Amino acid sequence: MTDMQEPAGRPQPLLHGTQAPSPVPPPAPTTEQSPLSGRRRQLSPEEAAIMEAKIRRTEVAISLVLRIGVIVSVLIITVGLVVMFAHHSAYLPITGGTSYHNLTSPTTPFPHSFTALGHSIAAGEGQGIIVLGVMILVLTPVIRVAVGVLAFLNEKDVPMALVTFIVLVVLVGSFFLAQG
Amino acid sequence: MTPIDFVVSLALISVAAGVLGSLIGLGGGVVIVPVLTLLYHVDIRLAIGASIVSVIATSSGAAAAYVRERMTNLRAGMFLELATTTGALSGAYLTTLLPTRFLFAFFGLVLAYSSFATFRRRHYAEPLTVSNDRLANYFNLHGSYYDPAEQREISYKVVGTKPGLALMYLAGLVSALLGIGSGALKVPAMDSAMHLPMKVSSATSNFMIGVTAAASAGVYFIRGQIDPIIAAPVAIGVLVGATFGARLLGRVKSRTIRLVFVVVLVVISLEMLQKGFFP
Repeated sequence: MTDMQEPAGRPQPLLHGTQAPSPVPPPAPTTEQSPLSGRRRQLSPEEAAIMEAKIRRTEVAISLVLRIGVIVSVLIITVGLVVMFAHHSAYLPITGGTSYHNLTSPTTPFPHSFTALGHSIAAGEGQGIIVLGVMILVLTPVIRVAVGVLAFLNEKDVPMALVTFIVLVVLVGSFFLAQG
Repeated sequence: MTPIDFVVSLALISVAAGVLGSLIGLGGGVVIVPVLTLLYHVDIRLAIGASIVSVIATSSGAAAAYVRERMTNLRAGMFLELATTTGALSGAYLTTLLPTRFLFAFFGLVLAYSSFATFRRRHYAEPLTVSNDRLANYFNLHGSYYDPAEQREISYKVVGTKPGLALMYLAGLVSALLGIGSGALKVPAMDSAMHLPMKVSSATSNFMIGVTAAASAGVYFIRGQIDPIIAAPVAIGVLVGATFGARLLGRVKSRTIRLVFVVVLVVISLEMLQKGFFP
């Protein structure tokens, strides 16, 4: 192997590297369009390095949001389960007693509006606490999108920030539409 | 079966659902719905509510790891969410307009084709090195990831953003209309139409399904489909499973992921075709 090979594992610095050298003289640097249609301005190596660090920070931030959301919701749901079984000792025997069907039928009462949820939590019911934990789980992706907007703004990537912001608006809108 | 038996056994099954769901990017719903309806005889409406919870749990649980390991294509994922969320929102309002039987038959056929297209690509191991896709270049959706199974960094380029967006809209629509995990269409959209590597497709689908599901979770909550005694073991079990699954994806070969995905997709499409043609 005589030709220089890019060591595997290094990201290609510039996309132009994929162009094969041609025997014909290169065209005069007029308004020749780059083969990479639609690409924004090329970054200098220093800018690219700063960019890389910012993108890494975005990844770490989003990963952290997801992790915190997951841990908090698991803890709350677990507390809710413990409270539920503590209040209803009839649920605990391994055989006999109540059947789970009473709790999983379409007529089973459980909070499914925000006011009912508030009352249930205030009364210290396990079911209400579980639903709160599930809510936090559901909200985690929404918060993740919101953090994404901020992260892309920090990267000064306005188009991506805008895209993510629209996603956030649609998501939040869906929650309000669900109520009405 | 008493409530404690129900909670414990369902939590254990959910761990398995979380592992499988996070590996192939479909979310835990694929396992949870049949288990709840066929094994526990739970009402389908409550099963679908639990499925939504399991999809969000798989997504957040696994994505926390996938994003940090750069297995997820964050930019492509967030860009495509534009289409999935609007699809999910429009689906919520079309539910009453279109006959469910027709929808099942139609999407059964779409998924049957998708599984075939995904299977056909099993020999294409090398990702693209150039892309002339205007949208992909403008938003810089290309990426690279470190593959522990192959022990090397793999750079890839993204093409077909427009068909990708269209399929993602359809994926959002179908998840809102039929309550199935939208990953079944997301992975083929990224793999076949946009030429992302299989593992990246799976991890990015995983990242996105949580947002799609969250867009319809509000509706399910208000309709009273999220039963806490079902949701609790499902959420905890799936989160534990997804954490394990996320450690597995890197080590398994891309080909294996693809084949497992195809098998699961064939099962889902047969199930939907049956509901559409022989209800």
